[in-house]
Amino acid sequence: MSEMLASTSKGHIEVKNFSLAYETIEGPVQAVTDTQIHVKPGEFVSIVGPSGCGKSTLLNAVAGFLKPTTGVVTVDGEFVNGPSAERGMVFQQYSLFPWKTVRENVEFGLKMRGMPRSQRERAARTLLGLAGLEAFEKHYPEKLSGGMKQRVGIVRALATGPKVLLLDEPFGALDAQTRVIMQQILTNMWQRLKISVLFVTHDIDEAIFLSDRVYCMTARPGSIKAEIPIPLERPRQQSMMMSSEFLALRRGLMSLIREESLKAMGGEINDLGMQGLNIELHGHSLVEVL
Amino acid sequence: MSSPALLRHPEDNMPAIAEAGPVPAVTPPATPPSFGTLALRWYRLNQGRLRATAIGIASLIAFLLVWHLLTTYRVVFFVRFTNVPSPLTVYASFTKAMHDPKFLMHILLSCRRIFIGFSLAAIVGVPLGLIMGRFKLVHEIIFPVAEVLRPIPAIAWVPMAIMLWPTNEQSIVFITFLGSFFPILVNTLHGMSLVDPVLVRAAQCLGARERSIFREVYFPASLPHIFTGLTVGMGVAWVSLIAAEMISGQYGIGYFTWEAYSLVQYADIALGMIAIGVLGLGSSLLIRGAGQLVMPWRST
Ligand SMILES: Nc1ncnc2c1ncn2[C@@H]1O[C@H](COP(=O)(O)OP(=O)(O)O)[C@@H](O)[C@H]1O
Ligand SMILES: [Mg+2]
Repeated sequence: MSEMLASTSKGHIEVKNFSLAYETIEGPVQAVTDTQIHVKPGEFVSIVGPSGCGKSTLLNAVAGFLKPTTGVVTVDGEFVNGPSAERGMVFQQYSLFPWKTVRENVEFGLKMRGMPRSQRERAARTLLGLAGLEAFEKHYPEKLSGGMKQRVGIVRALATGPKVLLLDEPFGALDAQTRVIMQQILTNMWQRLKISVLFVTHDIDEAIFLSDRVYCMTARPGSIKAEIPIPLERPRQQSMMMSSEFLALRRGLMSLIREESLKAMGGEINDLGMQGLNIELHGHSLVEVL
Repeated sequence: MSSPALLRHPEDNMPAIAEAGPVPAVTPPATPPSFGTLALRWYRLNQGRLRATAIGIASLIAFLLVWHLLTTYRVVFFVRFTNVPSPLTVYASFTKAMHDPKFLMHILLSCRRIFIGFSLAAIVGVPLGLIMGRFKLVHEIIFPVAEVLRPIPAIAWVPMAIMLWPTNEQSIVFITFLGSFFPILVNTLHGMSLVDPVLVRAAQCLGARERSIFREVYFPASLPHIFTGLTVGMGVAWVSLIAAEMISGQYGIGYFTWEAYSLVQYADIALGMIAIGVLGLGSSLLIRGAGQLVMPWRST
């Protein structure tokens, strides 16, 4: 199993001077501008930001689905041009193949690589076992709950041993309880595989709980507003979410995002909102919080 | 939060999570239930289907009864039932026909024409639809021609088909082919246009190349619509075949029905019609069965 999953090289993501504009009838729509991010090998990094700020755009560019208008995306020094099995991706909409059983879904990447059937069946079983899904290997995705679908999605993305794992709001459609369990599962997999993770979410708690570092994006056109290291020790436990350290991080990130969300909504609301923000920040300077 | 132990040893809790999945734990009762309880339970579970079957049978019987009464009393009320054969005479001519090799040959010939024409339409229509759906240029070239030819009913092709093909048999098969070809092509195209782009992306970042994406994503994703096309195409194939046989045929169940009219054998007209209905029903059941076989993920 380890030979199959071991990421031989490291998975160092670098995005430099990045901007991306969509061509539309009304002219180019600047989705992301002037953005630099990086993910060190084995690091877990999240991107948070108000909806529509360009998180998916950025992630899709790292995946190779979109070409940057300016700037470069590299993984381990190699330019990204086009999707590849080296960068596994998990989508919010689950995106399992409905015509394949759970195991066939997990096998897909290995099949594409030309691995013989018996071998990849064995590999898929092992992986499904790790995710507690061995009992469901013959089920079609339609019959699974949202949480199970997404577990299959993650296992499928990891099966080919990618250098990096990209996730675009993977738990956005799940209920709170399932979310917590999924976060734990993702953390486990990440720690075992020592893989780099770039995780997009709009859930601040989730970002803090999971990450080594969090990028906060500005409203559209998106760029990096702040980079917040998360010094919480690992392994992390649910109880930490009540700690003062966690709450302080949460408060800081919350106000950053709030500011951007209000900006995205427009001026009038902005004024009102900023007053509320001052009250909330009373006694904690933003610098101190961060 | 509910179970701190579960979170402290995350690796160990995987099976626990699996057990929390959607499969309900059905504990078998200690003693096996009696036959009576089982029968009652089966009845409750299948009540809806039993009801539908019972009503269906009753309605068919009522239809036969009304037919019988209308013909025995030779009702004339706008419509004239004077010469319409009664169900019993049709049954009599059915038993006679079953021993008549000529009747069986008519049926076999029609089935063969359907088989060849429809198979050709599927063999050409499905791949063409898949390719047109994937490659814009092919779509741009072929679609306008298809759109112009599509509204022409297959029957309108009869004179042209007779000119085009050297034998009568070939022109009838050609008409059958045309009838089923366009529904199959159009539905395949429709299926291709609805393929979820996220699934294509998922395949791409699992290392799939163009050919694999075609085989593993586009084709299975379109299958439900392909089968809709095949079902519709089969229906139109029969319509076209019967019309072609009536106009230009020698042999075939459509010809048999028309000939019965010319020879004033009224019972055979109804017999021919019923045979056509049964054959049409049977062939669409075959396609549905094939669909369930090919798409196991959609059954139940
Ligand atoms: N294909 C597209 N064409 C034009 N504009 C787009 C397209 N995709 C996204 N956008 C715009 O770009 C911005 C960023 O989108 P996205 O990256 O999906 O945001 P997020 O994932 O942060 O919600 C949005 O304002 C959206 O309207
Ligand atoms: Mg998004």
